[in-house]
Amino acid sequence: MKIIDSTLKPQFASTFDIDRVRADFPILELQVEGKPLVYLDNAASSQMPQPVIDRLVRYQTTQHANINRGVHYLSELATAEYEGSRRRLQRFINAREDREVIFTSGTTDAINLVMHGYGRKFIGAGDEIILTTLEHHSNIVPWQMLAEEKGAKIRVVPINDAGELLIDEYEKLFTERTKFVGVLHVSNALGTVNPVKEMIAFAHARNVPVLIDGAQAVPHMTVDVQDLDCDFYAFSGHKLCGPTGIGVLYGKAELLERMQPFKGGGDMILSVTFEKTTYNSIPHKFEAGTPPIAAAIGLGAAVDYLSSIGLDAIAAYELDLLNYATEQISCMPGVRIIGTAAMKTAVLSFEVEGVHPHDIGTLLNQEGVAVRTGHHCVQPVMLRLKVPATTRASFAFYNTMAEVDAFIAGLRTVQKIFM
Amino acid sequence: MNTKSLYQEVILDHNKKPRNYGTLDKASHHAVGHNPLCGDHLDIALNLEGERIDGIAFHGESCAICKASASMMTTVVKGKTRADAETLIKEFRDMATGTLDLEGQHHLGRLTVFAGVRDLPTRVKCAILPWHTLHAALNAVTTISTESEDDPMHAPIGDA
Ligand SMILES: Cc1ncc(COP(=O)(O)O)c(C=O)c1O
Repeated sequence: MKIIDSTLKPQFASTFDIDRVRADFPILELQVEGKPLVYLDNAASSQMPQPVIDRLVRYQTTQHANINRGVHYLSELATAEYEGSRRRLQRFINAREDREVIFTSGTTDAINLVMHGYGRKFIGAGDEIILTTLEHHSNIVPWQMLAEEKGAKIRVVPINDAGELLIDEYEKLFTERTKFVGVLHVSNALGTVNPVKEMIAFAHARNVPVLIDGAQAVPHMTVDVQDLDCDFYAFSGHKLCGPTGIGVLYGKAELLERMQPFKGGGDMILSVTFEKTTYNSIPHKFEAGTPPIAAAIGLGAAVDYLSSIGLDAIAAYELDLLNYATEQISCMPGVRIIGTAAMKTAVLSFEVEGVHPHDIGTLLNQEGVAVRTGHHCVQPVMLRLKVPATTRASFAFYNTMAEVDAFIAGLRTVQKIFM
Repeated sequence: MNTKSLYQEVILDHNKKPRNYGTLDKASHHAVGHNPLCGDHLDIALNLEGERIDGIAFHGESCAICKASASMMTTVVKGKTRADAETLIKEFRDMATGTLDLEGQHHLGRLTVFAGVRDLPTRVKCAILPWHTLHAALNAVTTISTESEDDPMHAPIGDA
């Protein structure tokens, strides 16, 4: 069963063939608890379109072997497809060279790579790392581990009540000991879009490299790493209509070359003796062992799929979804939106008076509506905004206005039950 | 299962008007339970006279399932012996994880309104947290977590 928003669509600014898009996602046909699935947990993980599923099947049925090893047909083919996918990702984020794209298992793995490869080599006792209150735990914990090991310090950029970074405070945090900045591009919990380009320029004026956690940005807007001039950019495949177990670390070539390897093993070496090992060149230096080849190729297909729709078109349509959902939810008594930044992606975190998010999540599920509840791996944000947990609806370009209506109707049912 | 059947009148009522909610003037045992996955926490104090629980109270921040479970638990174990309470703890936990035969012999009575959580793996911990915390209080473990190794009743009960 399909939900088609024929009545509302013409009123919105963007033109977007939502019916065609939805037809690409077989999972959207599912029924949950006897109702059509309304999948609003896209910030946790997005769904996979048929062309990506087909690509995975084609790889496994006709192209699979281990890469960078055999001289036989399949190994050469798999290697070519894997490297071809790297170039697709290079184009997708507009990296200068394909060797600046390192396949990792995801954002978390990419950030850990930077911590071990760059942080452990170049950050020492008394040095300072700047992070923000909005960071996902994956961009906090690795740096805490490093700070503990090295005796470095972490300084944290505060936010205002709307969930926006206080840029003046950010600038004040810099000292001559500042050695690194880590900031997320888009907040997974609140949807805030951070002014990362300006933040990067400010850090670079002080010779400080910047890592951007782009997990929530790349699925929703055009990202150009050269334009941003970031030193590192991390993201996950599974939030990008691709498979799990794959992600990307973009790094500037000159930085990646200076870094130490993260994991040791096969593929990341040129020669090994028990006396001395010579490491391979980038990107291979950072891709130890057999990578998730199928997933990497699937991710290449996913970014091609997204590009064929167009990230700008996606962003415009999702803004319509956000504005409509925000308007609808704002009319509901007892509902408070958490995260009201001026620049937002289509993420709606909220509280319902007198109802715990867990109960909201369970009862919305009864209506077929999938949302995330809890602290969203951002406990510092929750602490700062004084909410123990929220319910989060996060939208993708395959959601419809009619699904927003179903979600709002579900919330009304929840309120009725708890009245 | 139908989730709404879990959110029955009795559970909604205990959520809205929790019994024995607050603190005790005189408490011999006390424990705090945490569910770090959702940030919920529950503080349980009780007073043992000999082997008998003659006073019990709870407070904290939690969802309706957890709060109602705590509220009903306090009404049921008040006046019971420590051994009886431990039996109920075990039976409740078995019910929530789906290993108790509801048709067979047990002492849960109207606590069976929580039986539905066995079909909601992410909510099992919500229902069990008060019982884990009671067990910890009775055994003088002051802080427990549904995630940590030191949870005296830690066992795989579905991932949240
Ligand atoms: C902003 C942000 N950073 C990092 C991550 C971690 O991504 P992964 O679990 O794919 O490594 C997430 C995912 O929840 C995220 O939203």
